[in-house]
Amino acid sequence: MRNWKLITMPFDKENPITVQVLGICSCLAVTAQLKPALVMAVSVTVVVALANLIISIMRKSIPPRIRIIVQLVVVSTLVVLVDLFLKAFVYDVSKQLSVFVGLIITNCIVMGRLEAFAMTNPPLPSLCDGIGNGLGYGIILVALGTVRELFGSGTLLGYPVMEKIGAYNIGYENNGLMIMPPMALILVGLIIWLQRSRKG
Amino acid sequence: MNGLRRYIDKIKPTFSEGGKLAWLQSTFEAFETFLFTPNSVTRRGSHIRDAVDMKRSMITVVIALMPALLFGMWNIGHQWAAASGQQASFWLCFVFGLVRMLPLIAVSYIVGLTIEFAFAQVRHHEVNEGFLVTGLIIPMIVPVTTPLWQLALAVAFAVVIGKEVFGGTGMNFLNPALVARAFLFFAYPTHMSGDSVWTAAKWWGTDAIAGATPLGEMMGGSIRPTASLLDLFVGTTAGSTCETSAIAILLGALILLGSGIASWRTMLSIFIGGGAMGLVFNLIGANSYMQLPFYYHYVMGGFMFGAVFMATDPVTSAQTNAGKWIYGLLVGLFAVLLRVVNPAYPEGMMLSILLMNCFAPLIDHCVVAVNIGRRKKRWKEAQK
Repeated sequence: MRNWKLITMPFDKENPITVQVLGICSCLAVTAQLKPALVMAVSVTVVVALANLIISIMRKSIPPRIRIIVQLVVVSTLVVLVDLFLKAFVYDVSKQLSVFVGLIITNCIVMGRLEAFAMTNPPLPSLCDGIGNGLGYGIILVALGTVRELFGSGTLLGYPVMEKIGAYNIGYENNGLMIMPPMALILVGLIIWLQRSRKG
Repeated sequence: MNGLRRYIDKIKPTFSEGGKLAWLQSTFEAFETFLFTPNSVTRRGSHIRDAVDMKRSMITVVIALMPALLFGMWNIGHQWAAASGQQASFWLCFVFGLVRMLPLIAVSYIVGLTIEFAFAQVRHHEVNEGFLVTGLIIPMIVPVTTPLWQLALAVAFAVVIGKEVFGGTGMNFLNPALVARAFLFFAYPTHMSGDSVWTAAKWWGTDAIAGATPLGEMMGGSIRPTASLLDLFVGTTAGSTCETSAIAILLGALILLGSGIASWRTMLSIFIGGGAMGLVFNLIGANSYMQLPFYYHYVMGGFMFGAVFMATDPVTSAQTNAGKWIYGLLVGLFAVLLRVVNPAYPEGMMLSILLMNCFAPLIDHCVVAVNIGRRKKRWKEAQK
């Protein structure tokens, strides 16, 4: 029960992007289209979950003074694995994401969860916490990717939605601002606004 | 008038707390103060009382915009007649422009005011008058062929993101009208720049006749704009609907300065800043644009309109007197710099004002800090 809560809490109440305001940089950079956003969401979830698990197992034997270095080594290893995996199986997306896969190492969500949770909690809750935070980050990424690709390029996962429903024939045009990073920031702001006003 | 007053007093309880339509209180209040000056007076503390409240000052700005608006309407028709090669009388030109402008103005006001009233209602605020000016300026600074739905979207974006999220009129740090224009500029660049958006081809719709603006010609590498300096000053050139005529805008400037609503410091320093940058480019003279005499920059594109109506916005410009000088100088400087050096943007005024809007609070902070430092020093010397 408690583990289930650890997974679901970051979806809304403790969302890493809209509440903890972490991981904003990559969230602006990779969400111009839905596909890279999805891949990024999965990659971060895998890295956070596994890093949390590994650090939590080792937590009692890590000397406190060098714990950041140990965490970084674990995270870097996982990120390199993910990067190689992406290059092997989804090369085009890997090229689109470019440096942002490598930059998962510096993603504040990863370090934040390791420091705040995995260092002081047993492995299973840590794994759940990692999965939850990765998915919480993923939800926002997918939402942004959907809106930005649909209104910015008129497609979804490359499928020409706007063309199929005939929007261009009645004078509709794609919004160029949507595929620029500033609009992603404004959309994140709007999501935060919605979330806060709902809670009152 | 007395009858109207009595009627309003009669229906007032319906809209007050406990009344049937209490949820429409803000809307009622807005219309009541629109008709009659409120006689409620602040009781505590010392206040300077002035006949000019926000509604009065906004109306003055709207009046100041009239010369540019009327000239712009005529010019829309004039451009249409000239480009389609037909003789059109003064009145035909004017009516053509009127028919083209009214939908733009109507869309801007309807969308903007609806959002303003909705926000005021939800927040139990009074409805602010700021949008009376913003809503008129937005259609004046877009190309005449802008599709109405795009304009509606831009107005909604400007009012919500540019203003209401920060708390409404007086709290925004960016000029909302320029936010709307920037939105259009980046979202739908094909309708906001290039050569085939500035002259309407028909009485309605988005079809345009190709024709470069003076700024577009200069970007294309001309030695001088085709239009003479006099034409540029009078404003019979292509451009955004009401920004072309320097003389009509200067008339508005006289009204603004005479009534004390806009700051002469800001206005003057923008011209000095722009002129200084133009002179520097004249000295460098590396290409034909740099060799263009500096005073051309004043009459081309939106420089004049921006300097008079947009940069002087009392909310988003610097507040201190020294700050106004710095702010204005930099607005003018960046506008000319962007025009001449950046090949992506023919017009630099919009981005320059938005940029300096962001820095205005910092400028004010520094001016105040310097002043405090100076007075502290003086006080210490007096202690010795």
